[in-house]
Amino acid sequence: MIILDELESQSIYILREAYREFKSLCMLWSIGKDSTVLLYLARKAFFGHVPMPLVHIDTRYKIPEMIEYRDNLVKEWKLNLIYGMNRKAIDEKRTFPDGNVDRLTCCKSLKSDALRQTLNGEGERFIFSHSAGKYIPDTSREAYTGVIVGVRADEEGSRSKERYFSPRDSESDWRIEDQPPEFWNQYKTDFSSGTHVRIHPLLDWTELNIWEYIERENIGVVSLYFDKGEGIRYRSLGCYPCTKPVESKSKNVPEIIEELRSGRFSNIAERSGREQDKDGGGTLETLRREGYM
Amino acid sequence: MEQMEQIKQTKQIKQIDQMNIVVIGHVDHGKSTVIGRLLSDTGSLPEGKLEQVKMQCRKSSRPFEYAFLLDALKDEQSQGITIDSARCFFKTAKRNYIIIDAPGHIEFLKNMITGASRAEAALLVIDANEGVQENSRRHGFMASLLGIKQLVVLVNKLDISGYSESVYNGIRSEFTMFLDSIEVSPLEFIPISAREGENIAVKSDKMPWYRGMTVIQRLDEFKKEKPLFHKPFRMPVQDIYKFTMYGDDRRIVAGTVSSGKISAGDEVVFLPSGKKSEINSVEAFNSPVEVSVSAGRAAGFTLKTQIYIHPGEIMCRTGDELPFTSTAFRANLFWVGKSPMIPGKKYKLKAGTMKASVYLKEIINIIDASSLDEGASRSEILRHDVSECILQTLKPVSFDRFSDNELTGRFVIVDGYEIAGGGIIMEPVQESLSYLAEHAVRRDYRWVKGNVAMAARHTRFSQKPRIIVFTGEETLEWEGLAQALEQDLWREGRNVYYLGLSNILRAIDNDGPRASIDREEEICRLGESAHLLADAGLIVITTISGLDNYEYGMLKLICEPHEILLINAGIVSADTIDALSIDSGLEAGEALSKIKTSLRDRDIIPDFQI
Ligand SMILES: Nc1nc2c(ncn2[C@@H]2O[C@H](COP(=O)(O)OP(=O)(O)O)[C@@H](O)[C@H]2O)c(=O)[nH]1
Repeated sequence: MIILDELESQSIYILREAYREFKSLCMLWSIGKDSTVLLYLARKAFFGHVPMPLVHIDTRYKIPEMIEYRDNLVKEWKLNLIYGMNRKAIDEKRTFPDGNVDRLTCCKSLKSDALRQTLNGEGERFIFSHSAGKYIPDTSREAYTGVIVGVRADEEGSRSKERYFSPRDSESDWRIEDQPPEFWNQYKTDFSSGTHVRIHPLLDWTELNIWEYIERENIGVVSLYFDKGEGIRYRSLGCYPCTKPVESKSKNVPEIIEELRSGRFSNIAERSGREQDKDGGGTLETLRREGYM
Repeated sequence: MEQMEQIKQTKQIKQIDQMNIVVIGHVDHGKSTVIGRLLSDTGSLPEGKLEQVKMQCRKSSRPFEYAFLLDALKDEQSQGITIDSARCFFKTAKRNYIIIDAPGHIEFLKNMITGASRAEAALLVIDANEGVQENSRRHGFMASLLGIKQLVVLVNKLDISGYSESVYNGIRSEFTMFLDSIEVSPLEFIPISAREGENIAVKSDKMPWYRGMTVIQRLDEFKKEKPLFHKPFRMPVQDIYKFTMYGDDRRIVAGTVSSGKISAGDEVVFLPSGKKSEINSVEAFNSPVEVSVSAGRAAGFTLKTQIYIHPGEIMCRTGDELPFTSTAFRANLFWVGKSPMIPGKKYKLKAGTMKASVYLKEIINIIDASSLDEGASRSEILRHDVSECILQTLKPVSFDRFSDNELTGRFVIVDGYEIAGGGIIMEPVQESLSYLAEHAVRRDYRWVKGNVAMAARHTRFSQKPRIIVFTGEETLEWEGLAQALEQDLWREGRNVYYLGLSNILRAIDNDGPRASIDREEEICRLGESAHLLADAGLIVITTISGLDNYEYGMLKLICEPHEILLINAGIVSADTIDALSIDSGLEAGEALSKIKTSLRDRDIIPDFQI
């Protein structure tokens, strides 16, 4: 079997396990290429349907094309999309772009805190109403106990320690030193109340695998990933104040694949355009422990 | 279309092979150094990474260690031991490798197994100076339990002994003897110095006496493991999907094919329920129509006939050699749980997609993994023990022998919320009396009976006690009918009781709590209550969604000597001959009178009263 088929099967297996085991399940969708591939895999796993809500954390600083792309796909695929945000921090201007806090604090409050509150139902949530054609307040306060996330082991050191099913306690804490065993394809699916589980169907994929799969399956991704003639493109997406495009002339998927295989990116980290990774060692790990994806 | 296929194929040829390997061995024998070397000698490190770490070491005036390179996490560095199965990637001309670094520290055996259970091949590192140690042996043994067939032993740190051939030969023969004793044959021994990079990527000129391959050459010789195409067809059923809420009427049996191949038109049998049907179609999203599916694929099927099956059953092909179905098996089990595994305690067995309650019935033998001596007879299995034992399940489970089919011949054990052990199935064990039968016998034995005879109750109540069980897929509808029946009989003057089901027994519908192993437990409890009420002379009415033949048998056993009248509503769950079937199209009044006629026919309620 070729590697993409193997990865696809494995991811589908994990998605189906998650769907069977968790009554209150959601999938995070960051709009980026990885979680978009994940969304596509869910449609494969469930024969064209996405039988769980998608959760997106809005920081109000996302590159505008991302939100536009999100809403178009939600309508086209009839997705059940819920978004949440840390409105308090945004209103009080406790953000890096407002010049009031550093990058790490900003990430923590606009992403980690927002995510935690959105998942446990304490924070405001908005849900897309297909009949009204717009977002309306989500009346459900349900906490999600299973959260599907599109992280990959090759992205960054700390992510290489993840499990496919990785429990977090009520504080979203990740206890790296005491991870549950995972033998073969048997995952941890039993929990005491108060814990929730992050589920990682893409753990074994590499950045190259993702692009190869996007090419093979003809999956649409947001156009920010491609050079539009200015010699720059995004390699990884986030908030515009902290995500810089990279210099690259790749205009389409095959060119990106070529660039990754042989070109200048083959030895440079994917997240090199992300500023928050640069503030000293361990930043990302600190964020991850606090619930950042 | 054809052209598209062709394009797809040429693209696939360009794909590079990928292989998961694990590096195992005793702590400090050089696993991290081997990995660091593999990464740097194949040019797979990110630009400048090696220099950066070397620089940091100089700054803090510590000698450079390859382990630092791998310690992406702060935690680890402060503890100084690799605590988890980290993954690193490197590539050779032949393929891409994912190395799962397995910690050698005994505390982290569960992590080692986690890593190794995903690997297709293993490099076992032994320090030539310290020699064969506890975890060299334990890991070698674990690798074989986990089914890793490609094992290469690296005899490391030969620089210390001046690259001595006799030191190497000593280790080699000692370890070969050990591996022989557990029937493991390594593919090769390679003398190396990981720190100096001898025989890693380049052939060493310091060991002219060694004519074999370098580590990299040897890795590239490893064979990719093929899915089990040529074994009998098996697919553990992961779920049954009905996405009617999205306007999709298909009823799809979903799962990943673990071995063999199946095609539309093939007759299939689901085990342990024994239900049969025929493959109607292969279902997939956004891919060309296919008629067959082989091992390794995450698949979906529709069936010709609507039958009721549970997630956890194994779909097999009639005509193939079928798995065993039993309530007990002999296993080789490793235990990593915080508390020991003890007889009489209930654990959860997970194999394939199946879950069942399981008990440790008998410890045949405990193998002390460190020396692999057959240990003293113990009454419990301690953490890090490997044991040959007999496990007994409450309900029959289907499985293969590990030697016949690896994927359907292995299992894990859950203690509380944690996976605490795992193992492989050696063979089924015939049981003289199932757990349940044993339980029923014990109960009747202890039951102190009153002085009122059953017949006296029949006369007083003008009825025979009976347990009426409604089953079907859409519970709610039939719950209403069951309640209506209670009311109706009550008005007629019958002594009747509607036993409200516990929510767990609704488990099957998409909107209820999903598949739960507590179900068997709940059925037992329900059976016990029904038994008691029937003993008191009542007609008991209850509903259980999706009761299958086995569960029906179980209920019958528990309710003995009282009889059950099973009413299948809609799609037939339990296909026993004595069941009454009611079409889902039937109007409630008609359904009620049909049931009552049947009660009369069976002499449960006397004719004249109606
Ligand atoms: N002399 C010598 N020392 C080595 C060699 N390989 C590893 N070491 C040292 O042995 C120690 C343990 O190695 P490490 O790779 O961390 O072992 P691990 O615990 O198995 O990962 C470190 O101090 C290494 O520098 C070798 O080939 N020769």
